[in-house]
Amino acid sequence: MTHARPLLDWPLSARLGVLVIGTVLALVAAVRLGAVSLSMSAVVDALAGRGDPATLIIVRELRLPRALQAALVGGALAVSGATFQALLRNPLAEPYTLGVSSGAAAGAVAMVVTGWASRLMWALPVGAFVGAVASMLLVFRIAFRVGGSRSLDTRVLLLAGVVVTAFLVALVWLVLTFADTESVRSAIFWMMGSDAGASWRGVGILAACFVPALIVLCALGRSLNLLSIGEATAAHLGTSVEATKIAAFGTATLLTAAAVAVSGTIGFVGLIVPHAIRLLWGSDHRGLLPCAALAGAVFLAAADTLARYVAGANELPIGVVTALIGVPCFVWLLRRPVTR
Amino acid sequence: MIMRSDAPSWSLRDVNHRPPGAPRDTVSEASLEIDQGALTALIGPNGAGKTTLLRMLLGTIAPSSGTILFRGRAIREWSRRDLARSIGVVPQSEGEPLFGVRELVAMGRYPHLGPWQRERDEDVRAVDRAMTRCDVAQFADRWTTTLSGGEQQRVRLARALAQEPAILVLDEPTASLDIRHEMTTFELLRRLRIDGTTVLLATHNLNLAARYADTLVLMSRGRILAYGPAAEVLTPTRVATAYEWPVDVSPHSSGAPQVSPRSLESIA
Repeated sequence: MTHARPLLDWPLSARLGVLVIGTVLALVAAVRLGAVSLSMSAVVDALAGRGDPATLIIVRELRLPRALQAALVGGALAVSGATFQALLRNPLAEPYTLGVSSGAAAGAVAMVVTGWASRLMWALPVGAFVGAVASMLLVFRIAFRVGGSRSLDTRVLLLAGVVVTAFLVALVWLVLTFADTESVRSAIFWMMGSDAGASWRGVGILAACFVPALIVLCALGRSLNLLSIGEATAAHLGTSVEATKIAAFGTATLLTAAAVAVSGTIGFVGLIVPHAIRLLWGSDHRGLLPCAALAGAVFLAAADTLARYVAGANELPIGVVTALIGVPCFVWLLRRPVTR
Repeated sequence: MIMRSDAPSWSLRDVNHRPPGAPRDTVSEASLEIDQGALTALIGPNGAGKTTLLRMLLGTIAPSSGTILFRGRAIREWSRRDLARSIGVVPQSEGEPLFGVRELVAMGRYPHLGPWQRERDEDVRAVDRAMTRCDVAQFADRWTTTLSGGEQQRVRLARALAQEPAILVLDEPTASLDIRHEMTTFELLRRLRIDGTTVLLATHNLNLAARYADTLVLMSRGRILAYGPAAEVLTPTRVATAYEWPVDVSPHSSGAPQVSPRSLESIA
């Protein structure tokens, strides 16, 4: 895929400018729209601490943290996805390719069935994060073992990710088979992914992971360009291949684990947003990563708003919205003549 | 003949390479010096170990035993970045790059730039000059995946030239080129050598290697059979032994030996 030139030849500042405006608009829409829709002035008043107490709570404690969390999760998944696609040189790679989602699910389900999730508010995200990181370490360990030497063969890594995912998913369903109905319900709800439980604390922790991770990955931008061509090419042009791979895989995986811990596994963002940005503006990771971060934020904040808004009292699973909107948009982007 | 400094670019002593679990060495007891400022051609049949030897010289794989010194220092002690500032590499092939031609050639400047540093004027000039020299300037705005195999090969050469390296290493740089582009590539290599660049290439074109290279290194089954000037290396017996096919050798108008393989009819 991506055989043609990028659609648009924009300078990076214009791309970032448009995406920043888009992010702000998506956040404003997310705060205004919902079961009770608010006027712009009501939102501004609430943010300044004025107006009626119910609106204050809706804006400051419910919608704003939720919108920010959705934006941060979307940005984190898109940046991780772009990184994984470059490192694995595989267009189907996404943040969950190396077993992060299944590890997180296993950790979360463990917390649900032991009952800790209902007793301690932080048990679920912590369990999910630990599970995600543990499964990543397991995948890396298998890949290093099979690889034989100190080098990391990305094909082996990909396969190790697939088998570890399959194994953990089987474990999760095995455990849920013997769990009570309430546990099964909350486990499945978690696995579908949602930003409904957003809090300022979660937003703060996620932002504290997101900003340094984005800086690290952007600093590796040139190396990611070279690695997306091939590891020998990267070495010949001055990249310390193994060190860069470990730094980039590690950063992207930790970022994904943090996102999954607060919102469960939300599919599709990490796969589709990087590809859309490549189609629009090309593959140079120094531009791709910040643009994907902002586009992921816009996409998921908007999807979350729709999930809350369109079905009235019933909230749609956000993964349903990301796929139903994302796929047609993506097909439209793909469907154009291969130029020159 | 141009003046060469005494220090060789590479010196190898008793270098062996055997991949884990392989029954025999892919490179065996290689001892060799690659002169600074010379054009050296590595020749030999498929599977002779040329690419493995090149990889060891570039430090991307380690020898199983033996020592490789690059500019007097063990190759493993060099950082990738320092090597990339000295050595430009033109690989035989590489993954499908999703970049524009100019973008790809400009990657040759990466070793000279910090992670946040923008291209300077000198970088832009180096990229433009490299694209002109390799006859790819007219593709600057094309997408690399729309180019033919030979055009892509010239783009990879341009990227290595944009590095402005003291040493250029090429793995079969003319494998998919037509006569004009094969000759312009060899002429370019000669030009670079006259300007002081050390050139090392692996090639299957024995006749052009004989005409353009100062030194030939003939490999077969992982061993170095002979190395030296073309007249010494390209004897009918040596070439026939290495390639397992009978050949005639006759002088070119330039004096360089030219190899022509016999047909089966003439043998019978």
